[in-house]
Amino acid sequence: MDRHLYSHLSDSGLVMTTTQAHSPETGHGMSNAGYVRIALILGIITALEVSTYYVKFGPLFLPALLIMMSIKFVMVVSYFMHLKFDNKLFSMMFYAGLILAIGVYSAALATFKFFLS
Amino acid sequence: MADVAVHHDASHNAHGSSSGISNVKLGMWLFLGSECLLFGGLISTYMLYRGRVSQGPTPSQVFDVPFTSVSSFVLLMSSLTMVLAVSSAAKKDDRGTTLWLSVTALLGATFVGGQVYEFTAFKSEGLGFGTSLFGSSFYTLTGFHGVHVTVGIIMLMAMVGIVQRGEFPGSKAETIEMIGLYWHFVDIVWIVIFTLIYLIPV
Repeated sequence: MDRHLYSHLSDSGLVMTTTQAHSPETGHGMSNAGYVRIALILGIITALEVSTYYVKFGPLFLPALLIMMSIKFVMVVSYFMHLKFDNKLFSMMFYAGLILAIGVYSAALATFKFFLS
Repeated sequence: MADVAVHHDASHNAHGSSSGISNVKLGMWLFLGSECLLFGGLISTYMLYRGRVSQGPTPSQVFDVPFTSVSSFVLLMSSLTMVLAVSSAAKKDDRGTTLWLSVTALLGATFVGGQVYEFTAFKSEGLGFGTSLFGSSFYTLTGFHGVHVTVGIIMLMAMVGIVQRGEFPGSKAETIEMIGLYWHFVDIVWIVIFTLIYLIPV
């Protein structure tokens, strides 16, 4: 029965085999040089974020900051936390919590007219 | 047949899970998902109260963005050293694992040191925990994050000791990977805090 369950999950993409998830050559799908490149990109985005403190971006200020924050967030989760290379079930567990948190607290803030101020 | 072989191997490495998924890892991701709700609550409380300053300094009067930018960069780079530690552990390179875990702990300690300095500076500028709703929500949010970083440092140092002694029950690589997930989570929480609290003015 377990074998059938495993085959079903494997076919649906919910199960990643040990070989797929932990390739000996790549660790978790990336080389150390790849991690350094990701860190470099994250550093550059952080520098751009800080530049908004000194340079006036006008109406683009808030959207630009939120987009850069989201890119950094997704990059760390996908590459450093290996969610991109790992089992889809882990992504579901994490993003379910994240989306629930964003929904619940956006609703809570909306009741206090936070987005109108 | 090949499926069965892989299944057996995956189960062996995943603490007896019949689906090939590590129960420990699944539990860790569930924990991190729930932590999103904890920090979501703290961040939204701060967003609501950041303009409520009946007495004492306002956010723009106390925040030192250049200083916080440096400490944010330090924490971001600690994520790189952490992932290198996980990579070394996967390759069974104990020396590399010890080195990168130690560097990560050092960078984390630098971040916490910066936070202690920041809190001390804010206190001397008249922003205490009970001074205003802004002060209470700010110290609660950043304090909770600081405690998370400190717990991470303790886990890293404990792991360094365990790796050096060479006595470890279970999968060393998986345990270091779990500590890594916790550490990266602390980093992504700070990515959000840094933007929403420090860079977006009231």
